[in-house]
Order: sequence, then structure tokens, then C-alpha cells
Amino acid sequence: MIAAIILVISTATLLQFFVSYARSVIAASSKHELSPQAREVSGVLNHDVRGEEFVRLLQLIGLCPVPGGDTNRVRAVSGYFRLLGMAKTLMGRVAPALLRWVETERGSCAYFAAVTLDRRIAFSRELMAQQMSNRI
Amino acid sequence: MLSPADYALWLVGSLLEAIALVCAIRARAFKRYFTLVFYLAASFALGIGRYWILTHFGYASHQYLYFFYYSDALLTICLYFTLMGLYSHVFRDLGASKYVRLGGMLLLAGTALISYAMVANSDAKGYLVTRAIVELSQNLYFVGMLLTYVLWGAMMKSKENRTRLMQLVLALGVYFSAYAASYALRNLHWQWDVWRFVVHLMSDWLPVAWAYTFLKVPEDARLATARLVPHR
Repeated sequence: MIAAIILVISTATLLQFFVSYARSVIAASSKHELSPQAREVSGVLNHDVRGEEFVRLLQLIGLCPVPGGDTNRVRAVSGYFRLLGMAKTLMGRVAPALLRWVETERGSCAYFAAVTLDRRIAFSRELMAQQMSNRI
Repeated sequence: MLSPADYALWLVGSLLEAIALVCAIRARAFKRYFTLVFYLAASFALGIGRYWILTHFGYASHQYLYFFYYSDALLTICLYFTLMGLYSHVFRDLGASKYVRLGGMLLLAGTALISYAMVANSDAKGYLVTRAIVELSQNLYFVGMLLTYVLWGAMMKSKENRTRLMQLVLALGVYFSAYAASYALRNLHWQWDVWRFVVHLMSDWLPVAWAYTFLKVPEDARLATARLVPHR
């Protein structure tokens, strides 16, 4: 009985900590303005991005070389996005207000993905410029 | 007997701890987050110690079993002190660091006493101290989780805005909660072979999250806590 109570409490706090952690990672990227190149590639023009874009942006991120250090951030946010998807499916019909909040959060995840893509594009360009200068 | 996958996960875990340690030292966090750096160093060193004992005495040996459980308890206590260190950071401005340290020590002593009493009053006999050590380790994860939750609440209440501190606390909260849940599942006699791999991955979370924080979040970065709490 005590073990079951501990399990429920631990799972609830785990969820809360994980959500706050993922939001702290997303919040750090929300001030970033996308470069023209990233806007062109991603099709994201401003901060209002639909949550559905996340998967597409994630695929684009996968095509770029990894600068190092952001893979785990992307994984954490992907996990958070899946969690939001579950909340949308389970609670969406019962609580419309929650549905709106979930959509906003999914949009933030998508913007985070666009910012990550922007950083990876910048990294790729730097890498290419370095290779070109080495050849010359 | 450990499988090649166990060895691989072990190696990855030790490497991640070493990376997190280097990141913390490079970020000049040695003095500021001493207890945290000490925990990472101790975890890395004890990992090597475990491997040495494993190769010399074998996985099923008493030496390995004792060393594993005693070192695990030691690491949990180190992690508890890390949490107290984070408490000190948050409460330093209020001049309450001394009381936090005192409260932390009392709580640790109380948890140790309760753990011993729980084992002493159980039906199983023998290996009293060893079982008390294992019990202490489990209980400290739950106490640590509750204390991290209280700390996070205090940070939100005091509108704490140091991003690095927030991420260190949140990562620790995820770790404590995951372990407390894992021990609760085990106590419910929930058996699943793959679970030990999940526990391995869970143990990698802390060095990964802390390494990222030291590497990417500067000490002077600021973030409003209000942005991290879901809208109510």
C-alpha cells in the first residue's frame, strides 16, 4: 500500500519536474529570432507556429550535421511533445481550455525545433566555409 | 552475470559522469557548486571501484554485493548534500543557509534512524546493518524527491530567476522522482527483465542534464519561473 502511494506521488512529481524542465529548455530559445535562411527552409515566419509542424521540423533537423550538445535537448523536448500529444488525446474533449493550452505548448515545441534547425544551418554553413578556406 | 549491453551502458554512464565533471570544472563551478562537483567525482570514482571489484571478485561475490550497496548509499548521501547545497544557494539571500544545513542534517539523521527501525522491526533476520543501508538509500530517494519539490516551490515563490540553478534543481527533481518510482515498483514486486536497462538509462539522466546546463547555460542567464509553470 505504502509502495503504491510512493509510486503515485513519485510519478506525479516526475511529470511535474519533467514538464518544468522541458519548458525551461523551450523558454531559453523563445527569444531567438530566426535567420532568413531558416525561415526559408523551415517555412516558419514568426513565433506563431502550429504544433503539427514539429515532426516536419524534426525531420529537417535530422538532415543537418550535429554541432554537439543539442541532441539531448531535442530528445527532452520531443518527449515533452509526445506527452502533450497524449494529454491532447486523453483530455482534449473533456477540457477545451486545456486543449488550447496544449496547442500553445505544442507550438512552442515547434518554434524550439525551428530555432534548433536555425542553429544547425548556421553550423553547417560555418563547416562548409571552413572546408572551402582549407581547400584554397 | 552481466551481459555486453550492461557493460556498454556502464561504460557510457561513467563517460557521461566524466564529461559532466569536466563541464562543471570548465564552467568554473567547482567552488560555487562544490557538493555537486564532489558528487560527480565520487560517482565516477566509485564506478571505477565497482568495476575493479567486479573483475577481481566476480558479480556474484559478497565483496561486490557489499561494495555496491554501501557505495550506493554513500552516493545517495552525497546527492542529498548536493541538494542541501542547492538549498543554500536559494536561501543564501535570506541568511537562512545555516538553518538549512542544520535542518538537512537532522532530516538525514532522522531518515537513517527510521530506516534502521524499519529493518529492525521487520520479520527478516540477519545482515541488519546492510539491510538498513539499502533501506536508507531507498528512503533518501523519496525524501530527496520531496525536498526537491519543496525547494522548487520556494524558488517559484521567491521568483528565483537564475536559469542555471533552476535547471540543476529540475534535473535533480526528475532523477529523484524517477528513482523513487523505480524503488516503489520494485517493492510492489513488479518484475521485468528490461527494467535494469531502464534504470541504467535513468542514472545517465543526471550527468547528461547537468553537463548540458554547465555547457550551455551561463551563470548570469536569467529566466522568469512563471514561464515554467503550466497556466492554471
